[in-house]
Amino acid sequence: MEAFLASLVSVAFHGVAYGMILYVISVGLSVTMGLMGFTNLAHGVFAMAGGYILVSSLSRFHLPFPLALALSFVLVAAASIVLERLLYSRLYGASELEQVLFTIGLIFMSVAVARLIYGTLQQPVVLPEYLKGQFSLLGRDFPAYRVFLIVFSAAMIAALWFGVERTLWGAMVRAAVDNRAMAQAIGINTRRLFTITFAVGSGLAGLGGALGADIVAIQPTYPFEQLVYFLIVVSVGGLGSLRGPFVAALLIGITDTACKYWLPQFGAFFIYAATIGLLLWRPMGLFGKRT
Amino acid sequence: MKTNVSLCLCLAAAALACAFPAAAQTVKIGLISSYSGPGAAQGDQIDKGVKLYMKLNGDKLPPGVKVELITRDDTGANGDVAKRIAQELIVRDKVQILTGVVWTPNMAAIAPLTAEAKIPFVSANAAGAKVVGMSPYMTRLSFTLCQSAYPLGQWAAKKYKKAYSAVSDFAPGHEAEGCFVRGFKEGGGEVIGTVRIPLANPDFVPFMQRIKDAKPDALFAFNPAGKQATAMMKAYGDLGMDKANIKYLGTGDITTDEELQGMGDAALGVITVHHYSAAADRPANKAFVAAYKKEFGADLNPGFMVVGAWDAMDAIYTAIREQGGKIDPDKTMEILKHYKSATSPRGPVSIDPETRDVINPEYLREVRKVGGKLANVELETITTAIKDPLKEFEKKK
Repeated sequence: MEAFLASLVSVAFHGVAYGMILYVISVGLSVTMGLMGFTNLAHGVFAMAGGYILVSSLSRFHLPFPLALALSFVLVAAASIVLERLLYSRLYGASELEQVLFTIGLIFMSVAVARLIYGTLQQPVVLPEYLKGQFSLLGRDFPAYRVFLIVFSAAMIAALWFGVERTLWGAMVRAAVDNRAMAQAIGINTRRLFTITFAVGSGLAGLGGALGADIVAIQPTYPFEQLVYFLIVVSVGGLGSLRGPFVAALLIGITDTACKYWLPQFGAFFIYAATIGLLLWRPMGLFGKRT
Repeated sequence: MKTNVSLCLCLAAAALACAFPAAAQTVKIGLISSYSGPGAAQGDQIDKGVKLYMKLNGDKLPPGVKVELITRDDTGANGDVAKRIAQELIVRDKVQILTGVVWTPNMAAIAPLTAEAKIPFVSANAAGAKVVGMSPYMTRLSFTLCQSAYPLGQWAAKKYKKAYSAVSDFAPGHEAEGCFVRGFKEGGGEVIGTVRIPLANPDFVPFMQRIKDAKPDALFAFNPAGKQATAMMKAYGDLGMDKANIKYLGTGDITTDEELQGMGDAALGVITVHHYSAAADRPANKAFVAAYKKEFGADLNPGFMVVGAWDAMDAIYTAIREQGGKIDPDKTMEILKHYKSATSPRGPVSIDPETRDVINPEYLREVRKVGGKLANVELETITTAIKDPLKEFEKKK
């Protein structure tokens, strides 16, 4: 019985940690696709860029870890402003198919560029000593980095929720997404608003890629390989909602971990089975608003 | 009009014949590898091995004989693409010998073509145990998984009582698991559990937690080198399984020399058995590694696929030399079947005439830091010549 309780504790912990990893790498998409309604399949490109920035700043320039994280947010956000002004903004009103084609093209180009600069091999993440090793709690050992991930993501979702639900900026974004023409008519500069929001979303993607880089390896095919996980989290969570992807990531993380721990022979299917089940139950996602 | 066209063709052919006098004998070799797609890193290794060999060993060809290399991209584990480009190479480019191929399914797809067209094929990597037997014109100078997994099992049984096996859920993983388990049990060890982990798996921690809770003395692991192998080793380190006295074992595939630096300290202390390490101090290997670094950059290490390609080319050059540049398929196969080299970077290597499969040395290695860099340090030679154990088991049946 004690052994069972102990394994229950570790499944709960690892499940939450895995959920946070899923959330962290998808959080940017919950802003650009979930909030802004742009079918941004190239989300992984921004995440990968963030990952590469982290890796380079740690191993090439020997910057401290927090600074490297901040850089991955700032640089990716800055670069995304250029992309948004030049390319994305032209497609805000376009059909989903056009957005999909455009962003898929962007993935192909970024994969080639990443391969050119960094080669095909994965890049190691040199974590600082204080995030390595284990963290002891109640006689069980927990990986220190995952504890950090859980705390950090919890803070991130709180900040994001506050920003969107409780600030003027959030209210303007929600208004502009629901009815852009009306928002403009009452004097909101939607163009600037969308640019800033897109930059925040992309910056979060970069930050997520950087945070997850130790677990989800950074290499040129990252945007393709992880795409399915981003989409699962955002679609199960529901478009137009910020808390949805968070709950979805936790739910998938915990059930997937439990299944892998107790029934490893079915490990491969479970995340997909859970996704299909959840979407059959709620086709709009857990907290989906849009029809 | 028709006669005109054929006349023109005749003239053109005659002109071509004049332009290229028959004095130079050219042997055409087709190289099929993965230059794009998920296996591009591996395909690149084969490409480098082949080209490095050709660059450094031009003098091993008979006078007047030239080798023309034609490369094609199979884009990954795509049997249909491999088959199509092999057909193009044979029919259109008229290659006389084929080599390369990262993936076993691609080699299997090419097999019927090599038999029908009588084109000798030398595998530089594809390692599935049975695939060489699919065509009498196929041979292999890479390795089979069982050659390392089986002796590792036997060795581990002397040191550890209980083992747990965790492999990636695809054919090579199953092969590795089967051979390790067999070797470990024959040596008197007990396998307390096996698990097969899906290939597309972002998080290894739940599997590793399960293994940690089962408390084995040793963990046998096999995944494709790179991010999978690294992620699993990281999960091992994150969960403190080293402190729980669980030793990490595997075939050399999980710590390949080209990926090792990128894997980081998670790989330290991992024990593997394999036929090749870039850190080996055999003179032939030292010269090989130096040449590789000179050609491709001081930070790069050749992995076992570079060596597979290098040895495949050495066998092909031997066949060309012994026939004076005139390639006869059956004679070529005879020569390849009796190929032997004492100067391969991996040590003495040869081909078993009976199965046409490679006979390898195998070394026990540990990942350590040498001069600040990770290296597969060879601790002992487990065997100087091992045939594929799987085929040997079948003979005994």
